Parts: sequence; structure tokens; C-alpha cells
Amino acid sequence: MARRTFNIQAQPGFSFIALFTFFALYLPIAALVVYAFNDSESLSTWGGFSTRWFVSASNNSVVQDAAGRSVLIAIWAAVLATLAATMAALATTRSPNYRGLTFKYAMINQPLMVPEIVTAVALLIVFSRIKVWTGYSGLGYLILAHTAFCIPFAYLPIRARLESMDLTLERAAADLYATPWRTFRRVTLPLLRPGIIAGFMLAFVISLDDVVITEFVKSGGQDTLPTYMLGQLRRETTPEINAIATVFLVVSVVIVVILFLLNRRKQ
Amino acid sequence: MDKVRQAAVAARIRDIRNRWLLSAPALIIIFVAAVGPLFVMLLYSFMEKGNYGDVKFGEFSLDGWFAVFFQRDLFDDTLGLADAHIAIIWRSIKLSLSTTVLTLILGFPTAYFIAMRPPKNREIWVFLVTIPFWTNLLIRTFAMQQIIRNEGLLNNVLIWLGVIDSPLQIMYTDTANLLGMTYVYLPLMVLPLYASIERLDFRLVEAGYDLYASRLQVLRRIIIPIVKPGLIAGSILVFIPSLGAYVTPRVLGGGKNMMLGNLIEMQFGGGRNWPLGAAISITLMALVMIALLFYVRNASRNGGNYHG
Amino acid sequence: MKMKWITTTAAAAIAVMATAGAASAEGELNIYNWGDYTSPELITKFEKEYDVKVTITDYDSNDTALAKVRAGGHGFDIVVPSANYVPIWVKQGLLLEARPDQMENFKNVDERWVDVPWDEGRHYTVPWQWGLTGIGVNTSVYDGDINTSAIFLDPPEELVGKINVAPEMNDVLFATIKYFGGDWCTTDKDLLRKVRDKLVEAKTKWLAMDYSVTDKLPAGEYDAVYYWNGAIMRSRLQNPDIKFGYPKEGFPYFMDSVAVLKDAKNPENAKLFMNFIMDPENAALISSFAKYANGIKGSQEFLPEEMKTAPELVVPEEFKDAGEFLASCEPDVVDFYSKIWTEVQK
Repeated sequence: MARRTFNIQAQPGFSFIALFTFFALYLPIAALVVYAFNDSESLSTWGGFSTRWFVSASNNSVVQDAAGRSVLIAIWAAVLATLAATMAALATTRSPNYRGLTFKYAMINQPLMVPEIVTAVALLIVFSRIKVWTGYSGLGYLILAHTAFCIPFAYLPIRARLESMDLTLERAAADLYATPWRTFRRVTLPLLRPGIIAGFMLAFVISLDDVVITEFVKSGGQDTLPTYMLGQLRRETTPEINAIATVFLVVSVVIVVILFLLNRRKQ
Repeated sequence: MDKVRQAAVAARIRDIRNRWLLSAPALIIIFVAAVGPLFVMLLYSFMEKGNYGDVKFGEFSLDGWFAVFFQRDLFDDTLGLADAHIAIIWRSIKLSLSTTVLTLILGFPTAYFIAMRPPKNREIWVFLVTIPFWTNLLIRTFAMQQIIRNEGLLNNVLIWLGVIDSPLQIMYTDTANLLGMTYVYLPLMVLPLYASIERLDFRLVEAGYDLYASRLQVLRRIIIPIVKPGLIAGSILVFIPSLGAYVTPRVLGGGKNMMLGNLIEMQFGGGRNWPLGAAISITLMALVMIALLFYVRNASRNGGNYHG
Repeated sequence: MKMKWITTTAAAAIAVMATAGAASAEGELNIYNWGDYTSPELITKFEKEYDVKVTITDYDSNDTALAKVRAGGHGFDIVVPSANYVPIWVKQGLLLEARPDQMENFKNVDERWVDVPWDEGRHYTVPWQWGLTGIGVNTSVYDGDINTSAIFLDPPEELVGKINVAPEMNDVLFATIKYFGGDWCTTDKDLLRKVRDKLVEAKTKWLAMDYSVTDKLPAGEYDAVYYWNGAIMRSRLQNPDIKFGYPKEGFPYFMDSVAVLKDAKNPENAKLFMNFIMDPENAALISSFAKYANGIKGSQEFLPEEMKTAPELVVPEEFKDAGEFLASCEPDVVDFYSKIWTEVQK
């Protein structure tokens, strides 16, 4: 009996494959980070430890601009997407089914269903024409496009939070003659906050990571960090790219770890 | 009594109106920057192509759609299948299926392994799968490139072990695309699989062993049917983005082993055939929709059987 | 407590926006140029001299650049099309008549490059660099005759699967037409059919059609390329096994010229840049980076010694006749060539 239980708990071949998978998931990332500290020009030979590529990346004005632009777009898109998603979540939860609810779900989740490249070329067609008509070719287009595909990501945790929320407090507030707005401000919003924070962070990471849509929507001089890297990858690459990627990785991982810990605390 | 009901109805109508107002910003943004442009693109696919890109407005033409599957020979004007396009569509489907299978081979044992950990540690393992998923796709592709390039880690290790004498040419091949996509989309397979394996009642498995079923039999007869919903969800989650992959083949494919995403880009760039590009985009969307429908149908069929 | 994180985020957002705003200098200039073609030193010097912030975006073929700009809303000020594409740009009404011929430094332009067929008297464009398309081979892998287009059209066994070909229609079609003994701009259907069939067949023996040669040829990722001479010279400087070959069947000369776009946001800065690159010392910076000749008199003395004798740049007597300047063909010929090219690219 004991032997059999042991068998179930750890299918030996499975453990091997699983550990290999974890190894394979992290090995490329680890190698990339290690080579960011390579003193040599080359990506293939190790020339000793050095942080010079981090220094050169941080002094590279093109990288600085692209990084600034990435963060700017991500903040705008995440703020707008979180606002829109919070409102949409309030509108689509805690209600009996009504006409149009399914339509709303479908619309909000649409960006998740369509391949990015398809949305990207569709946006290229429409935005390039609008750019010609209006003469405006600023960052607004990128912010709008990012906001759209960030909405479903911001929406999911907010909606989940709303659905698991206790209604008694709100009812109590209403019974005490609080106005709906006051109830919302004082009761609903604070309870909703973890969901909103999670939604905002997800949206931020998603926007920060986007390559394809940005690549097709951007105008001249509007490279973000990912599109800058995409351009660089097709030619001479030095460990500077690794250094940029490493910083990028650290930022994403920090955000995800925070999310994880918040989630954990909640439980 | 009637008044009360009327008041209730009025409140309900007001509530629904407010709900529409509240959701309006999200709906408008998504319409303007995601759904609407798709309709414009549909329109473009039915227009005459411009000489240097763009379309000739108002000139209706089916050439774009025609060119997705057929072509006239440049020289003898015979009509034939557009084998180049069909080859690329076929390659995309084939690579996406292979990616799905490979992620499944690696992902299933991994999800199983995680589900077998003590409950306290499970979320740490899940988290380890999640981290790569949340890091930039381009960076992960780049990381893979550094592993498989000729002077990369993989070739160096193989040469050092004496398995091969000269580096394997992996970059710019379909294998590169396959490895890259498997690496990038693996978490999408593991997570839903884990979610369904975790629900598995292991007393069933034990019972199977007690009745002297072999490991393979237990896997086939007990485990797989129960985790099927997760298996389908994971496969769809991997298959769909693979089909529309653009970054991975662009970085690892060397401009030659195109997939659908790159073919679309080419029509809007050097190919200068926007209607064709639009038509291929819609074809790709249709393929994705078919995959999704398949999923929805299976999910609803299996849902009743196993969740009860 | 509730307001705290909102204010923090808002503050962070404002801070970021403020820094992004502060980064912009007096003026801006958006250059759209071939990848790996623009000297960083030149840009830094221009930025310092005029307090203008320059951004460079890459493209990989004339067609890509044309398509992107035609689409509109691109935001670029300057583009660098090849000679045979300049008339298309002009005819499409995409270029500004910047009149570089009236600029201060125009006197430095070599007479040879003033009355050029694609821009008589230089009303639109200024020479950037010129060169030729030839063969680069890693001779440690293959040491046969490399002065032939057969290297990429009928590659020897050793090179199959290790070849990179420039993704540029004209250069590739030119060499292939010449390979079959035809003339550039030919409309001979039988010959063009051979050209197409050959390219479709040869492509299966290529590894890539990409522009990352200066990195991958010396590193051994590619063992042979059909590519631009400057890039092959840069590869040789890193790996002495790389040798340059002149296709004896025929090879194209090209010239890329700087033009200002009609809907440029910063046309004045663009014109400043035009004038700036006609200065011999600045033109030398362009060439020292990308290793192609420029069209500016007097820049020679600022060039590094290695460029004056480079086998990639000094065409040997025996191959002089094989080279021909890539002319613009009639529109319907161009159209037909593009169709062939589209078939090859797929």
C-alpha cells in the first residue's frame, strides 16, 4: 500500500520532465541576465564580470527616451484602462441578466480573442488615415490603442473582487441613509481597492510589454523600449541589449511579486 | 400595489440605463481602438489595391480575396493555387499544432508535479510558472535566440559533450520557431492544466492502482478524462497565439520562414498589397474563431460530465 | 489612507511626464534611414551644433520605406531612398523640393553626382553614400571562385543553407538578369521566367534574407552573402577570412540620397541636416562608419587609411566593365519586376 501511494504522489518520469521544464523555463532567462554582466563585446564569449553595459545603456539617450516613453504610455494606458474597467465591472456585476450584458462581455474581452497582428494592421489602416486628416501624430494613438487592449486585463481582477464582495455593508450604509455616491466612496471603493490595484498593475505590465501593436501604430521617433529592442535584435547586438532586457525583467518581476504577495495577504 | 411594482420597474430601468452609462467608456474605447478598425479592414479587403500601398477608395474588387488562395501565373497567365500562401498557412497551422503538442508533453507532467506538492508549496511552484509569463515576450524570444544560435549555449554544450562536431543550424529554421513558441507559450498550457489536475480526486487514482491497472491505463482511463477540460483550455490558449505569432518568427525565422503574421506584415510593407493583407488577416481571424468554437463546444459538452 | 495611493500614482505620473517633456531639446529631427547605416558620431555632432534632438528609425528595403511613408502619419522628416526609387517618391508627391543645390555646402558635391538622371541638378536630394552590391564569402568554408553570382544563385555544396541575400528587389533582380545574360529593364518574358524560376529555386538554399550582416557574417552564422560592399568590408575587419567578390556576370552600383519629406514636421532642421552632410568632414564621418563612398569632394582626407585601399571599395580593373548603375526602369517594367519579387519573397 505504501509503495503504491508513493507511486501516485511522484510519477518518477513526470518529476523528471517537470524539473526539466522548470530548468528550461529559467535557463534562457538566467543566461541572458548573466551575459548582461559580460565584459566582452560579444554575446558568445565570456570576458569577465563587468557592469559597463548597464552604464552604457543608461547613458544611451535613445534608450532613455524609449524607456521614458514606455513608462509614460503604460501609466496613461493603465490609469485610463483601470478607470474604464472599474466602471464597466460595476456595470456588469451584481445584477440579474439584462439585455446587452452578453454583448458587453464580448466587447470587453474582444482584445483577448483577436490575434494581435490583426488588430495591429487594422489600427495601422485607420490611424494612419486619421493622422493625415487631423495632422496630429502624437503619442495619443499609442495610448488609446494600449488602453483598449489593457481593459480586459484590468477588468478581470476587479470583476472577480466585486463578485466575491459582501453586500451587507453596502446595504447597511444605504439603510443609514447614505447617498449612493457616498456609499460607493466610503464602502464599495475601499473594499474594491485590492482588485483595482491588481487590475492597474496587470494593465501596466501588459502595456509595458507590448511589441506588435506599438510597432504598427507608432510614428517616427516614437519607439518604446520593446520596439527599440525589436529593431536592435535583427542586427549587431552587444550585451547592452541584455542589460536593458535585465532591467526590464526586474521591473516586471517586481510588479508580479508584489501582486502575488498582495493576493496572498488577501487570502 | 401597482404603484409599488411600477416604482420597481422604473428603478430597474434606471439601473440598466446607469449600467450602460457606466460601461460606455470601456465600450467606446474598445470600439474605437479594436473592434471598429476590424470592420474598416474588412472593407479594405474588398477594394482595389493602390500602386504603392494603400487602396483605391471606392473601387470595389475581389482581387484581394482571390489572391489569398489563387494566383495567375505571371508568364502564361494560367490560374493556379497560390501555393506560397497556402504553404505559409499550412506552416502556421502545422507549427501551431506542433507547439501545442510539445507544450502538452512538457506541460502535463509539470502541472501534475505541481499538483502533487503539499498544498502549502503549490502556489510557489505555480508562481514560478507565472513569472516567465509576465515577463516580456520579446525578451524571452531573445533569450531563446541566445541559447540556440550557432555560438549559443546549446551548441557549445553539445560540442563540449562531443555529441556534434560543428554547430547545429537551428536559427532561421522551423525548428527555431517551434522551440521559440514552445518556450514562450508553455505557461499558458501549464496553468489551466494545473487548475484541473488540482481538482482531481486521487482516491480514484489509488483505486485504479489497487485494481492493478498499469500506470498507462490509469493515465488513460482515469486521469486524462478528468483533466480534459484543462487540457482543451490549455491547448486553445497555446494554439491561438501561436497561429498569430509575429515576434517569434520575425526574430528567429530570419525573414524566410514566414508565418501568417509575417505574411500579413509583408503585404502592408514591401508587398504593397493592402487588400490582400486585409483578406489574410480576416482569414487568420476566421481560423482563430474556428478554434474558439471548437473549444466552446467541447467545454460545454464536458462541463456537465465532470464538474458535478 | 484611500487617497494616498491615488495621489502617489498621480504624482508618479506627473513626474514621469515632466521628465519626458524636459528631454526634448530646442528642435527635433526624425530620420528614417536604412538599418545600420547612420553614423552615431555624425548625429551627436549635429545634435550638439544645432541643439536639435535627432531620432533614427530603421527600414530594411526601399519598398518598406515607401509603404510606410505612403500610409501617412509617419512623423518622419528625412528619408534616404535609393537612386531608382527617387523618381517614384517625387512623382508620388512625397518629397519636399528642398533645393539643396542652393545651399551653402553644395559646392562640395562631386560634379559626377550633380546632374544625375533621378534628380537633375539636385533639387530634391543630397548624396548620402554610394557603393555596389557584391559577394562576401567566408573563405575558411569555401575557397573556390567567388567572383560570380553563382555563389547565391547556384551555390556550391559548402555554402548551401548558409547564405544571406539582401532583401532588396533591384539588387537581386539585377544580378539574376545579368546572370542569364539579359539587360537591366529587360521585358523579355522568357528570360524573366528563367529569372523567377531560378530565384524561387535558389531561395530554398538560402538561410535568410536579412540585414544583420556585419554581425552574423564574421561570427559564422552566415558563410556567404550577396550584400552591399561596405557591410562586407566591416565584416572583414572583424574576421580576415571574409573575402569580397565582384560578380563577373554583372553587379549594380547604387546611390542612396537624403531627401526631405513633404509633410515633414521639422523641414528647417531637415534642410540644416542636408547642408550639414555636404561638409567634407561630416561626409567622412558617414563613410567611416558604414564604409561606403560618399559623393563629397575633399572628404577623402578625413577618411581612415584602410578605406583608401580596401578591396571592397576599389574596383579591380578586370571587373570595371561588369558594374552598371541601377537605373530606373519604366513604370510597367517596375511593376512587373515587383510581381516577380513578391513571388520570390513568399
